[in-house]
Amino acid sequence: MQSHSVDRSHRRLRWMMLAPALAFVGLMIVFPLLFTIDLSLTDAFGAVNAGAEHVGLQNYGDALSDGRRFWPAVWRTVYFTVGAVVLETVLGLALAMLMRRAFRGIRWVRTVLIVPLLATPVAIGILWLLILDPTNGIANQLLKSVGIAPLEFLGSVSQSLPTLMVIDVWQWTPMMTLLLLAGLSTLPEEPEEAATVDGANAWQRFRHVVLPMLGPTIATALVLRSVDALKTFDILYATKGPGGGSAFEAETLNVLAYGLTFDYQEYALASAVLVLFTLFIIGVVLVLRRYAGRGAA
Amino acid sequence: MSTAAVLDRAVPVTRRRRGGWSWLRGVAITVVTLVFALPVVWMFAAAFKTNVQVTDPTVGLVFPPTLENFANVLADGAILPAMGNSLLVGVVSTVLSAVLAVPAAWAVGRFGMRSTGSLVLVARIVPAISLLVPWYYLFAQAGLVGSYTVLVLSHMFVSVPLILWIMISFFEGLPVELEEAARVDGLSAFGAFLRIALPLAAPGTATAAVLAFVASWNNFMFALVLADENTETVPVALFSFISYASTDWGGLMAASALMTVPVVVVALLAQKHIVAGLTAGATKG
Repeated sequence: MQSHSVDRSHRRLRWMMLAPALAFVGLMIVFPLLFTIDLSLTDAFGAVNAGAEHVGLQNYGDALSDGRRFWPAVWRTVYFTVGAVVLETVLGLALAMLMRRAFRGIRWVRTVLIVPLLATPVAIGILWLLILDPTNGIANQLLKSVGIAPLEFLGSVSQSLPTLMVIDVWQWTPMMTLLLLAGLSTLPEEPEEAATVDGANAWQRFRHVVLPMLGPTIATALVLRSVDALKTFDILYATKGPGGGSAFEAETLNVLAYGLTFDYQEYALASAVLVLFTLFIIGVVLVLRRYAGRGAA
Repeated sequence: MSTAAVLDRAVPVTRRRRGGWSWLRGVAITVVTLVFALPVVWMFAAAFKTNVQVTDPTVGLVFPPTLENFANVLADGAILPAMGNSLLVGVVSTVLSAVLAVPAAWAVGRFGMRSTGSLVLVARIVPAISLLVPWYYLFAQAGLVGSYTVLVLSHMFVSVPLILWIMISFFEGLPVELEEAARVDGLSAFGAFLRIALPLAAPGTATAAVLAFVASWNNFMFALVLADENTETVPVALFSFISYASTDWGGLMAASALMTVPVVVVALLAQKHIVAGLTAGATKG
C-alpha cells in the first residue's frame, strides 16, 4: 500500500535528518560523561598521560568528608542559587505584570532588557568590579550621597557572595520577565474579565486568576533559571579569580571543580565532585518539575 | 440584567482604574529601565574617560571624551587578534551547528519525537566542566589543545542544542499544510523540507544563529582551558587583562565596550526576534 511505503520513507528520512545531530550530541556529551564517571573511580592526578589505577569510591569518600572546600562550596551553591532565583522570580513577575499591556516606548524597554542577557558575562563582571570598587566606585559614591556607610562589596569575604547574587539578579531578571511575558501573552482574557465583573480588585485578579494560570510557565522558567544559576561560573571566576577568592568566599561547586581540575590537576577528585554536582542538578530539576508547577498554582 | 449590559458597565470601570494608576506605572517602568540601562551606559562612558577620570567617582556622565583607551587596546596586540579568533570560532561553530541542528529540528517538529527534545534538556543540565575535563584529558593526549578545531567543537556543544531547542518550536509553529500541498504536487519529503520549510524557517534560523553566535562570542570557560595564546578568544584576553593590568580601568572598559557593541546592535535591530528566540518553547509547559 502506498501510505505504508510513505511511512517507511518518512521514517528513514527523519532518522537521516536526526542522526548527525544526535551523533554529535552523543559523542560530545554521553561519551565524556561516561569518561568522567570512570575517571572519578581512579587516582588520576598530574600529567594527563601519567596513567591511573582504579581506586573504587575513594574519591567520593574524600569529597563527601571534605568539610573545608566541598561542603562550604555546596552551601554557597545552594545559597547563591536560591537567593538569586527567588529574587529574579519575584522581580521578574512584577516587571512582567508592569509591562503586560503595551505602552509607548515598550520597544526601547525590551531592548534595554535584552542587553544584560546577551552581554559577555566576563565584561559584565569587570564592569561591576569598577562600579563596586570600594574606594573609587560610583556605587559607594551614591550610597554616600544618601547617607549610607560605604560597603566593601567584592573586596570583602562576607559581602562577596551576596554582591554576586545581586549582579546575577541584575543580569538575569530580564530573562524571567521575558519568559513570563511570553506566558502572559498566551493567557485567555475571559477569566480576568469575569473576575472584574464579580468585583475582584487588581491584587485579587492577579493572585487568584493570573497566577494560577501562569503556573506552568513559572515552573518552566524556574527550572531553566535554576539550572543556569547552579552552574554560574564566568562572573564568579572573572571577579574573584581561582578558588573564589582568598578565603574561597565565592567558591561554588562549579568553581571548585574547575580549580581542582585545571589549577591542581586533581582530575579524579574533580570528576567525583562533578558527578555529585551533576546528580545534584538533576535532583533539583526533578524536584522543581514535580512541585513547582503545583506550588505556583 | 443581561451579560452584555454587565460588560458594558464593567469596561469603563477597569479603564478608569487603569487611567488612575498609569502615571505610577510609567514611573516604575522608567526606574526599572534606568536600573538595567545605567550600568551598561557607565561601561561605555568609562571607555571614553582618562585613567584619572575613570577612578574618580565624582566624574559622572559628562566629561570631555578621549579615544586614548581604544588606541591603547588596539595597540596592545592581544585584543584585536582575539576578536579575530572569536569571530572565526563563532561563525564556523554557528554555521556547522545550524547544518546539523536545523534538519534535526525539522524532523522532531514534523514527526513529533519529543524524547529527542529531552536530550536537548540533558545537554542543558550537564555542567560544561564535566565535559571539559574529559575533552581536555583526551584532546591533551592527542596534542589538540590550543587548536581552532577543539574550540569550534566545544562551542558547538552549546550551539547545537540551542539551535535545536529554538528551531523545534519554530517548525512546530509552521503550518504543515504548505508542505503537504508540495508533496501532493510531487515533491519528496526532503524536497518539501528543502524548498518549502527551510525558506519559511529563514527568520527562525537567523534568530537561532544570532543567539548561537552570541553564546560562542561570550563563552569564557571553554576557551580558558582549550585555547592557547594564539587562539584565545576575547573573554579570555579580557580576563588576562584583569590579572596583569588590574589598574587600567579605561582599557578594560574600552575592551569590554568593543565586545558589547555587537550585542547592543543586535538588541536594537532584532529585539522582537531575539525575544522570540530566548523564550522559545517556554510556554508549552
